[in-house]
Amino acid sequence: MGVGLTNYIVLSAILFGLGIFAIITRKNAILVLMGVELILNSANINFVAFAKFNKLNIEGHIAAIFVIMLAAIEVAVALAIVLNIYQNYKHINVDEIDSLKE
Amino acid sequence: MLEEIVFWFFALMIIGSALVVVLSRNMIYSVFALLFTFFGVAGIYVLLSADFLAVTQIMIYIGGILVLLIFGVMLTSKITGVDVKSGQTGKVQMFFAGIISLFIIVLLFYIAVSTNWNRVESTAYEVNSTIEIIGKQLLTNYLLAFESASVLLLIAIIGAALIARRK
Repeated sequence: MGVGLTNYIVLSAILFGLGIFAIITRKNAILVLMGVELILNSANINFVAFAKFNKLNIEGHIAAIFVIMLAAIEVAVALAIVLNIYQNYKHINVDEIDSLKE
Repeated sequence: MLEEIVFWFFALMIIGSALVVVLSRNMIYSVFALLFTFFGVAGIYVLLSADFLAVTQIMIYIGGILVLLIFGVMLTSKITGVDVKSGQTGKVQMFFAGIISLFIIVLLFYIAVSTNWNRVESTAYEVNSTIEIIGKQLLTNYLLAFESASVLLLIAIIGAALIARRK
């Protein structure tokens, strides 16, 4: 058997499950962000795989480009918020944070 | 044959380093394992003949997002103390979270295997590079989304600078 569409979808499913696991179990806000990055990457693999197996349809690539751009924006804003929280609380454990200002 | 070897190499690289990202007790190890996950995904893009996306992945994810995450780790944890360890929840939560994510993986696996995807192999449609097609599409069909993306980037820069500055 060659490498087919199913291989890529299963790979992205495993990556998605690991991202969900990271989001559920981690307390540190930055590690939760890393779980979100894993999930976005798995979605991108799906987009590009379906584009490849539909006569190299370029629309999947464009969707993946916009997902990458939104991921960059999300990380920048989220890290700004995390640094602000760290100045107030001296830690970034998401289960003990209940307010954004002191 | 060669395609299978390359695919399994990158797939094992992605899954192994993602496991380190998810399970490691040390935050620095997690961030550096994320580097290998991103490289593996870029390799998968190359295998899927998405050359522009592979370069974009390396430039934005590794050159931008990963550096930002490393900055975040270094700025928010006490490197000299023992507080670099990543805080994880207890054993019971780990157990149930493992069950939930395993259930999601099995469900998606079942869907991927059991569905007839009606796929069309791209071997008949040979292109040298996708960059030209992507550029034309971005400036014709997706022009509104492209321009609003630039406005969104500007808003994000201003917002991030406004939130993160010291009082």
